[in-house]
Amino acid sequence: MTGQSAVETRALTRVFNPKSKREGKPVTALDTVDLRIESGELFGLLGPNGAGKTTLLKILSTLLLPTSGKAYVAGFDVEKQFLEVRKRINMVSGGEVSGYGLLTVKENLWMFSQFYGIKSQLANERIDQMLETFGLSDKRTAKVRTLSTGERQKMNVIRGFLTDPEIIFLDEPTLGLDVSASRVIRRYIVDWLKDNKGKTVVLTTHYMAEADELCDRIAIIDKGKILACDTPERLKKMVRMNTTLTIDVNAVPDKRVFGTIPGVGNFTATDDPERSVTRLKFVIRDESGVPEIISKIIGQGSKILSLQKTEPTLEDVFIKMVGKGFE
Amino acid sequence: MSDSWLIVNLRAIRGRAYPRVVGATREPSWVFFEIVLPLFTVAAYAYIYKFMDARGELIGYVVLGGAMTAFWLNVLWGMASQFYWEKEIGNLQLYMMAPISRMSILAGMAIGGLLSTTLHAASTLIIGAIIFDIVFHIGSLYMLAAIFLATMVALYGMGMMFASLYMLFGREAWHMSNLLSEPVYLASGFFFPVKYLGAWAAAGASLIPVTLGLDAMRQLFFSEGSQDAFLSMEMELMLLLGLCGLFLVLAKYSLQYMEYLGKTTGRLTLRWQ
Repeated sequence: MTGQSAVETRALTRVFNPKSKREGKPVTALDTVDLRIESGELFGLLGPNGAGKTTLLKILSTLLLPTSGKAYVAGFDVEKQFLEVRKRINMVSGGEVSGYGLLTVKENLWMFSQFYGIKSQLANERIDQMLETFGLSDKRTAKVRTLSTGERQKMNVIRGFLTDPEIIFLDEPTLGLDVSASRVIRRYIVDWLKDNKGKTVVLTTHYMAEADELCDRIAIIDKGKILACDTPERLKKMVRMNTTLTIDVNAVPDKRVFGTIPGVGNFTATDDPERSVTRLKFVIRDESGVPEIISKIIGQGSKILSLQKTEPTLEDVFIKMVGKGFE
Repeated sequence: MSDSWLIVNLRAIRGRAYPRVVGATREPSWVFFEIVLPLFTVAAYAYIYKFMDARGELIGYVVLGGAMTAFWLNVLWGMASQFYWEKEIGNLQLYMMAPISRMSILAGMAIGGLLSTTLHAASTLIIGAIIFDIVFHIGSLYMLAAIFLATMVALYGMGMMFASLYMLFGREAWHMSNLLSEPVYLASGFFFPVKYLGAWAAAGASLIPVTLGLDAMRQLFFSEGSQDAFLSMEMELMLLLGLCGLFLVLAKYSLQYMEYLGKTTGRLTLRWQ
């Protein structure tokens, strides 16, 4: 066992060898990955297809062996102490179609709970409660094959959390879901962590906004390597992009007053005579200058028609790190 | 206090058996496919014997063989190739990730399959006996129970071993099951006494537990069954008990090895491989 980290990897490497030479060269899915995820974190893995996210989760969930390096989950070696790891984890994948279509939702969930040795009464209580939380109570006795994609994925998420894992791996849990179903799942993840101190969520996602909204820390992974790992805020600061404030006003008699506002790095004014609008663009170094900009506009008797603040996004960070966006 | 390893695994067995027992009867079509269709095959052989004016026991052998066919098919399609299908739908990785013995999953599959198939086999046996006016003279109920149980444990043990060997298969699992179904009807003597294949062929076929089980049950069900027997039923019971141990041990180790191999190559969970 290692310290108190939920997950720790040391120079973790996974190479997939082709079955024969004709099938190409070996593929390095993970390349000396060093990672430490603390207990209680909601940790995100961001990366394009084939970056190594799922391979990493498969190793951490004891389904795949590393080629070299070490991985520990809840302090246990995933290779040698896999049974101890399995007692403490669960995993949910996006687009999962597990279970049996002939069984009802409740029967399916009960069946999976039995593989973790949960007493039937406790399992049924948890299932009823979680079906209620996910808005699936009316589907309790519906056969699984009759569920919609969103309902099915909610059931999968319930399956993962039903066993009350210490660490849960969520591989693209909202993949292909509508806004409403995604929101329910995201809300549940956040609430679960809030209500269960010390539990850990490791999430892979394609959705930048989801990662930004949910994750305490994010690792950007590409071609099997971790390119950056930090909080979303710090990652965004890494791209050194300034915040821009764009304000459309009806008229500004004196534009020179904006040049002396502390915290304002740069300033441009573009007139649009056809619309009788002046567009003011401020590069903001320090947000304390924003109220003064507004008061100077209003002080001149001008009317603000629109205001837009543009900040660097995780996508900007991603593009900077990986050199391309998500396809 | 957390439950013991045994209790956890017993719950897992019950959990995995459940969809087989309950799910198998949820589709009304099972009556046609599992009971009516096998009766056609039984009828075909029975009428051949009738046409040849053969001894009455031979038609009884066919009905019993037809009933036992259900178990062989269940072992091939519901056990051996099951993990391929489970991998396709994503269940296999969930089983492998669960903190239980993999043997519990296989045992659950076997027990569930055995229970649901017993219903099908019993239906074939009873309806076949009524249609063809078969009279059974059961010598010893205890012996019958012992032979049936030993046959089932050995047969499903063989299914568990196949399941683990098939685990890493793709579509080949389908071909392998197809390859094994028809020849075994001949080799195991489903519709005739295996003795008439000759001693060496019958001895080879005895590696398939249903061969010995069927031969012993024919001796128990029919008063003149012993004249068509390959071996004495006591000897067949001993051999079946040996096969039980052999297949269960082989299943355990092959499963362990195949899981390790799957985790090494990545073929355990990657659906497209």
